[in-house]
Amino acid sequence: MLEVGLVWAYTLSPLGEQAVVVEVGTKIGEVAQGKVRAITMLLDEFPPLWMIEYIPAYTTVTIVYKIECFLLEEKSPFEAVCEHIDNLFLYLKTANQTEEKVVHIPVLYGGQHGPDLQFVAEHNGLTIDEVINIHVTGTYEVHMIGFAPGFPFIGGMSEKISAPRKETPRLLIPERSVGIAGAQTGVYPIATPGGWQLIGRTPLDLFLPQSDEPSLLKMGDKIKFYEITEGEYASFRGGVL
Amino acid sequence: MITIVKQGLSDTIQDLGRFGFQKFGVVTSGAMDAHSHRIANLLVGNAEKASTIEMTLVGPHIAFEKDAVIAICGGDLQPTIDGVAVDMWKPVYIRKNHVLKFGAARSGSRAYLAVAGGFRVLSTMNSQSTYLKACIGGFEGRTLRTGDTIDCNERSVLGEALFLALSTKKIASWRPSSILLPTFKNDYVIRFMKGRQYHLFDEKSQYLFANEKFTVSSQSDRMGYRLNGEALSLLTPSELISEAVSFGSIQVPPDGNPIVLAADCQTTGGYPKIGQVASVDLSLIAQAKPGEQFSFREISLETAQRIMVQRERSLRNLKLSIAVKLKEMGK
Repeated sequence: MLEVGLVWAYTLSPLGEQAVVVEVGTKIGEVAQGKVRAITMLLDEFPPLWMIEYIPAYTTVTIVYKIECFLLEEKSPFEAVCEHIDNLFLYLKTANQTEEKVVHIPVLYGGQHGPDLQFVAEHNGLTIDEVINIHVTGTYEVHMIGFAPGFPFIGGMSEKISAPRKETPRLLIPERSVGIAGAQTGVYPIATPGGWQLIGRTPLDLFLPQSDEPSLLKMGDKIKFYEITEGEYASFRGGVL
Repeated sequence: MITIVKQGLSDTIQDLGRFGFQKFGVVTSGAMDAHSHRIANLLVGNAEKASTIEMTLVGPHIAFEKDAVIAICGGDLQPTIDGVAVDMWKPVYIRKNHVLKFGAARSGSRAYLAVAGGFRVLSTMNSQSTYLKACIGGFEGRTLRTGDTIDCNERSVLGEALFLALSTKKIASWRPSSILLPTFKNDYVIRFMKGRQYHLFDEKSQYLFANEKFTVSSQSDRMGYRLNGEALSLLTPSELISEAVSFGSIQVPPDGNPIVLAADCQTTGGYPKIGQVASVDLSLIAQAKPGEQFSFREISLETAQRIMVQRERSLRNLKLSIAVKLKEMGK
């Protein structure tokens, strides 16, 4: 049974004819993320028949709906779906503290796979080893998945190894590259153009098209990076470096 | 079975898109001009979501191993069989071992080929749509190449009736009513709704957006169309928090040139959105060529939803009237 729970302030606005953006805050952080999680949990538990899917982000959850479900109502389909959302959200509960999932990501730092590691070190007045050490020491959190299949927006990197984006983006960054842009670190699941400073590469696939959940990482996951050797990288990829 | 005798510029298998996986960052893909895709399918008795071949600017040459019923909708890529022009927006009978040839786009830029029964390719995440960047869906996750062969599924009951009826006539004497047939001609008028960050743009930019013309740049593809024109600017430059975007979102990056996102657009974006293209006009975006021009006209969300529902009703009527036509042809 549904239980009546908390109610938060949120705003509803359209994204075209078939989607509603639910905005729960205007600042990136734990508060907004907790609300986003609570909404996605509710939508997972009680998926409305009119819902096609939802897209969580830092401070918003966008709900894609079937316009044909609201044709018999007197209101416009947008107003009708907003009323349904308001009613459903009466049952919002605080996101339960699911056990923390920590994903360990092996990285081969530097060399051909991390051509910008030297730049990141010089930019911060550090040695290469110090950069790697700081990168593997941090505990990171996945704030959201978006931009590309399985692409995690990760928070928690030390400012000591931050580096500006490249002035001219690379036309192609190989899949599984690990990079730094500003105070953020990230992993590219698929090959794509981009301006990140590349410090290494993981042998781990982040995008799993054959899986029911095609992204290795989920919002809220914790990440620890660890360094591996060329040999370990190669054995991970079945002998291919 | 069909064989690609000569590949086009970019031929991919598409359906109505991959939904349900955007929360994992998986883009929806699907036919750029979904309207033409759907009509092509209806004309051969397929479900609207069956896969078609989307071809862009220059189409392929395709040989048919068996007799088949096909329909070609969308932009005019000058289809011919044995040197004779093939009618578009109609079911057409093609005999075995004959070759359907497409040329360069005369109007519009994308054509859709449906075959009765549909193409038999594997589904990835509930969709047959090709997403080239991640190499998934469609035919081995890539564009079709010379020498590729694609199997076709069994025809539906409707498709079979059509096949029998056309086997003597070769071409249907009817076509959908013109209200459903878009014309693809330069100087497109695109209807849009205000975007979530419309109010962040200065008044001059809001005015320019609704009154000036914008030119489609050559950097335009299935991900998005970059437009050139008067630069648009924000009241105060501000950092935005990434949120969901969709096919038709009109983003404005710091250089001030708007980008209309298309079928392969990313799931989230951080640029301010000045508008959202009305879904009934997405096929015009899909058919515009580099160098052609758009002007934007604002409509309310209510109007956009009303027009969209009307469009859906006409498509449903088309589906019904095709079934009726087939009954008549069978007699």
